[in-house]
Amino acid sequence: MTGNEAIAQGAIRAGCNFYAGYPITPQNELIAYMAQHMPEAGGVFIQAESELAAINMVFGASAAGVRAMTSSSSPGISLKQEGISYIAGAELPAVIVNVMRGGPGLGNISPSQSDYFQATRGGGHGDYHSLVLAPSTVQEAYEFMGLAFDLADKYRAPAIILGDGMLGQMMEPLVIKSQITNPKSQTKKPWALTGCKDRKPNIVRSLYLAEGGLEKLNMTLQKKYKTIREKEQRYDGLFLDDAKIILVAYGTMARIAKSVVNKLRENRKKAGLIRPIALWPFPDKAFALPAKSKVKYLVIEMSYGQMLEDVRLAVNGRCPVEFFGRAGGGIPTQEEIIHKINLYGKNI
Amino acid sequence: MEKIFSHPKSLRDISTHYCPGCGHGIAHRLVAEVVDELDIRERVIAIAPVGCAVLAYDYWDFDCSEAAHGRTLAVATAIKRVRPQNIVFTYQGDGDLAAIGTNETIHAANRGENLTVVFINNAVYGMTGGQMAPTTLLGQKTATTPKGREAGLQGYPLKISELLAQLPGVKYIERTALYNPQEVMKAKKAIKQAFQNQIDNVGFSLVEILSACPTYWDMSPKKALDWIGEAMTKEFPLGRIK
Repeated sequence: MTGNEAIAQGAIRAGCNFYAGYPITPQNELIAYMAQHMPEAGGVFIQAESELAAINMVFGASAAGVRAMTSSSSPGISLKQEGISYIAGAELPAVIVNVMRGGPGLGNISPSQSDYFQATRGGGHGDYHSLVLAPSTVQEAYEFMGLAFDLADKYRAPAIILGDGMLGQMMEPLVIKSQITNPKSQTKKPWALTGCKDRKPNIVRSLYLAEGGLEKLNMTLQKKYKTIREKEQRYDGLFLDDAKIILVAYGTMARIAKSVVNKLRENRKKAGLIRPIALWPFPDKAFALPAKSKVKYLVIEMSYGQMLEDVRLAVNGRCPVEFFGRAGGGIPTQEEIIHKINLYGKNI
Repeated sequence: MEKIFSHPKSLRDISTHYCPGCGHGIAHRLVAEVVDELDIRERVIAIAPVGCAVLAYDYWDFDCSEAAHGRTLAVATAIKRVRPQNIVFTYQGDGDLAAIGTNETIHAANRGENLTVVFINNAVYGMTGGQMAPTTLLGQKTATTPKGREAGLQGYPLKISELLAQLPGVKYIERTALYNPQEVMKAKKAIKQAFQNQIDNVGFSLVEILSACPTYWDMSPKKALDWIGEAMTKEFPLGRIK
């Protein structure tokens, strides 16, 4: 199964009842899978007239209390930013899948990781965040859909699955699990629009004109983000106990980095890997090394250094942080990365 | 003695923020009366637009959502699709429905979504300070057409209702106007029909309502009502369009 299809399958397994999307390469297998299988699962599929309409349909479906999602690729995700801001402002849960491609502009359809800033910094207007998860295998792409819907519901916030064209298009064996959501996560939604039978009317809004009203909403959001930062950091570590050089990479790039680390270990070089699984909240905890340990970090991305900034913030000057990246269709190879590491000398 | 008239249950008994002579207050009340008469208050979900009527949920006493500017019918589409048992309607101004949201409007209509649309046409952008609307009349002065709207520069008043009437998914369109009691009663009748259509699963139904904006027409409330009858109805003829 391709990554795109696994994401769609995972969403349906996670109880997603509503999908709206607009075609864009390289995520078209996802929308096609949804068109076929969402109605079979009793949910609603709509091919929207634009990405703007699609994300606002997700807003509506979520406001009506169902698990709702959309998917797109970089240029389409840019168009959805207004809607994501409204979803964050109205405190609605929603899942947005970005199968990243090369940019800026129309760019190309090669895999890329150049939307990291957009995904992790909010992306649209206002002080908000989306939870961001970065699967690196088809299996994870499938399973993270459950986690994304659970987190979105738990925090009433948008959750983004940040993949890339390579993950979307690659085929890998997939183990279908009967349960990928936490059964306890199916929270009640007393705020949803269902008609005001036996209760006071509900209002879904992000407009607060009265003095202090919007500041109060922002304080609520910031309190929520603080909790998320404390509780939802996720990462994978490899050979971190004795590593002298620690590669930092996420998504499909982490697979290449992992191969590099294994190759270096075969040559008795003390290499390790930190793979952030959640990109927001960024796993700062992974970088909390004892003060004495001397390591060098090498961040590798299919971009020109976006996650790099978060690594530098987490390391906070305690160790050197190097970078290697390519974008616009270029993918850092094992050879290029090893060459870069060899330049650091023989003390590794 | 039998009580035959009272404040609508679906309308909160508070003052609105609307300017003197504005048509929104009347339109809000007509919607509330229709919702009460059809006994659907507990099933209704309204979507308020970006524009002067964004605060409609402060006045209506039933479930409401905001929508981003122009995306009103996209939001409504999804709500109705996932909750077909509810009665979902949008309340939109001319800028929301016929400028920034034209795409969403045309495609929701073309899909034949079983929705009710209350479309307020006051030929001007009210909330932002009286700029040109897609429905601004030729010669009409606004903040962005200081010399009056000129066809060669700003195009013609957009007859979105007539455009939508071409689409097979659209089942009912009527244009009404709020400038005298007779026309107000006709508007209410049309709104009721548009809601009844949704209850009966007929399909996309829209009522256009020509409505006064004395503030940005730079007229007294009385003069503004006269202008609807004398000028607006010439460009936007009243009656059943489809």
